[in-house]
Amino acid sequence: MSASADDAIRRLRASPAAVFAFLIIVAVVIIALFGPWLNPNNTQTLDWLHVAAAPTLQSAHWFGTDRLGRDLYARTLAGARVSIAIGLVASTISILVGVGYGAIAGYIGGRTDHLMMRIIEILSGLPLIFFVIFLTVIFGRSESLLFISIGAVGWLTMARIVRGQTLSIRQQEFIAAAVAGGAGTGRIIAKHVVPNVIGPVIVYATLTVPQIILFESFLSFLGLGIQEPGASLGSLIAEGVGEMEAAPWMLLVPGSFLAVLLLCLNIFGDGLRDALDVKEA
Amino acid sequence: MVATLSIDDLNVSFAHRTGRLEAVAGASLRIEPQECVGVVGESGSGKTQLFLAAMGLLTRQAQVSGSIRFAGNELLGAKAAVLNRVRGSKLTMIFQDPMASLTPHLRIGTQLAEVLVYHSGLSWKEGRSAAARMLDSVRIPDATRRLSQYPYELSGGMRQRVMLAMSLLCKPDLLIADEPTTALDVTLQAQIMELLRAARGETGMALALISHDLGVIAALADRILVMYAGRIVENAAAPELLRRPRHPYTAELLKCVPSLSGPRLARMPTLAGQPPQPGEALQACAFAPRCPRAAARCRVERPALGGAPMSQVACHFPL
Amino acid sequence: MTNAPLLQVRNLRVEFGRRTAVHDVNFDLFAAEAVGLVGESGAGKSTVARALLRLLSPEQGSVELGGVDLLKCPPAEMRAQRRDLQIVFQDPLASLNPRMTVGDAIAEPLVIFEPQLTAAARRGKVAAMLERVGLTADMASRYPHEFSGGQCQRIGIARAVVLKPNLLVCDEAVSSLDVSIQGQIINLLLDLQQEMGMAILFISHNLAVVRHLSHRVLVMYLGKLVEVASCEALFAAPVHPYTRALLAAVPRIPPVADAPAPLPDRTLAADSITHGCAFRDRCPYALPLCESSDPPLLEITAGRWVACHRSHETLNPLSYAE
Repeated sequence: MSASADDAIRRLRASPAAVFAFLIIVAVVIIALFGPWLNPNNTQTLDWLHVAAAPTLQSAHWFGTDRLGRDLYARTLAGARVSIAIGLVASTISILVGVGYGAIAGYIGGRTDHLMMRIIEILSGLPLIFFVIFLTVIFGRSESLLFISIGAVGWLTMARIVRGQTLSIRQQEFIAAAVAGGAGTGRIIAKHVVPNVIGPVIVYATLTVPQIILFESFLSFLGLGIQEPGASLGSLIAEGVGEMEAAPWMLLVPGSFLAVLLLCLNIFGDGLRDALDVKEA
Repeated sequence: MVATLSIDDLNVSFAHRTGRLEAVAGASLRIEPQECVGVVGESGSGKTQLFLAAMGLLTRQAQVSGSIRFAGNELLGAKAAVLNRVRGSKLTMIFQDPMASLTPHLRIGTQLAEVLVYHSGLSWKEGRSAAARMLDSVRIPDATRRLSQYPYELSGGMRQRVMLAMSLLCKPDLLIADEPTTALDVTLQAQIMELLRAARGETGMALALISHDLGVIAALADRILVMYAGRIVENAAAPELLRRPRHPYTAELLKCVPSLSGPRLARMPTLAGQPPQPGEALQACAFAPRCPRAAARCRVERPALGGAPMSQVACHFPL
Repeated sequence: MTNAPLLQVRNLRVEFGRRTAVHDVNFDLFAAEAVGLVGESGAGKSTVARALLRLLSPEQGSVELGGVDLLKCPPAEMRAQRRDLQIVFQDPLASLNPRMTVGDAIAEPLVIFEPQLTAAARRGKVAAMLERVGLTADMASRYPHEFSGGQCQRIGIARAVVLKPNLLVCDEAVSSLDVSIQGQIINLLLDLQQEMGMAILFISHNLAVVRHLSHRVLVMYLGKLVEVASCEALFAAPVHPYTRALLAAVPRIPPVADAPAPLPDRTLAADSITHGCAFRDRCPYALPLCESSDPPLLEITAGRWVACHRSHETLNPLSYAE
């Protein structure tokens, strides 16, 4: 590993907030993935005996149940899994598509760059919500549609960022050295440009994950995303809002999960940026 | 007679992940009034850090010990107010990159006049006319028009002259010039050297000229200090040092400088190896690995700087 | 030296916006010769280097390497030609990809031009090259920032000569190195040149270094060639007033007793340079003729070219007042 990565990791470790946030994120992911094994209830079983029960460690329902008697622990973790999955998938799409697009536009420049940037600007101009509603109307609601529509717009800003980084890298002498050495455009972009823009890409990706999760939650909250019988943190929150007075835990449990996840992702992303930026400067 | 600058046993070190990096170790020197001292060294010699310490310009991570006295007054550890009376007026410094030293968004006239307003209590109007006169004396044509220009509108050579003008405004007792001509073409370098010579002649100020270029130092210095790996290894009058260097490093360095007058050589003289990286643990003489005269003693015991005040050398087996 | 030139540069002209960086430059390079290209900043030396390697697009001119005009051939052909024409840059660290190991950097030309080599064969060549430039084979897995400036420059040289090019352009290759390291790198270049029979175009503002390294010297001023001569002749008896001023300005050790007055600043506006001699505002020997007519580069004696209206006078040094 190059020393800049070593340095960055060391600096990251030295920041208590970033380390703490990272540990919590890891904890949340582990709980979301492996939590159900600790508690036998699944998301669909209706427990008529404990409808709208408050959270208690004595009963089987650690987080309580909802209006239909479904275990909130299981549902919240399922919702968390959905949110994390969306965060990962959408950022992966945005990295793969955005980095390639931005690096090509930035390196080739000229008319190609102009054309590619115009496309991005047009796509950015579309109001996201209307776009999703539009797609939902045409293709009907589905989970895959949700993933696709979020991924489809997530790469835009990544492409812009990578293009900006590429423009400044392009001026550096090792690029001229590679050209002088006979490297073709493809090789230069793949071997010389992309590895040197990874820093900001990682940082930005880490900061977009919470944005994506929030966006998905928002869509689900509005009734556009994951719906019954599936669970998403957003849809759970929507249900919880309706029961706020009678069964506040229905709102608080998924709500705090979401809040903690987003907060820690943001803190970690900031810490990552600080750790990497010092080296870039 | 009180020395203009008197440095005793100065140590400058920086915190580093593997310990402390020593940039300057045990440096002691005196600059007498009106004297021009050339300080020669390559990367890692510590020559710049030495004088940044004198100006109080080291970063906060630096640990400094020892004593630096300017006209008898201790500078190390002095309060900012005390330092600021002296810096910029009687003790000034010019740097290698003038663009980095001039504030980009302020006009030249403002930056120059500010020095006089702050240090000499002149009014802005008086400051500006004094600035224009100083620009004239450093041979910047069209001085009055230049006052209202921004640094980016001037060429590199002119910016260097503006910086020189700024440093001379309050008639300093000592000007420290850190690689003032390194970034300049040789013809511009000749001009700056001429200006430095003229300024010394006019005001009688002392000059500390830091450079890796022995030619520049040879042209201006009365006395030359040679630094290697953070220590002073030789201190002698310029003509003596150039004709008969006593430290092997000085001798090798002189041999390595390609000349325009001697015979053309089929191969360049070289000094094997490279200067030690800052922080490399040095128990013995730092130059021993590269020294053609090194013996067992050199690898074990570090030689101290010894000899008459005008002819010091740090070597067990001086030439 | 063979009679047919390895590289022929004709009518090279490079413009950056309204500024002409290189005006109508013509010169030849012969196989296995070391040619120094000197001049100060703004002379256009680096621009010439980049034009030769087609790292920028000149407005006009031709650069013929083995009969092929590098400036006009299609990109694929140009890439093939790059095998024979390499460059070492001024900033050793900046010319190496920080995220690529040193071994990969040196191997890259092999990957591009000799794809038939196995990975093991490539590694072998990289190791041999590292040893040849004075480093050790185990350094191949390290990254550029782990090396000093001098070592990085050795790596840059290794990368440039691994395919044994016919011409190596060194653009201020030793200018950012310590004096005690410069000699090492220059000797390395001289050795490689003799071993591989390479021609070297050595660009530098340091005249003393050029003096020891070159067979011939080209002097540029503000985008034009003002003097071309064999190294011995140029340094023994420079003809063009700029060359003389340049040599006089270099500080000597020990210092010269009566150093001549420094050359005054440029006073010509940039667009006035296009007619008349570009040096006339600073030249102590300027005539009214110099204002109206740009002196052409003429061969005044065998192998000596000077662009000065008064060049014939300098053959009789007494006619100049020093």
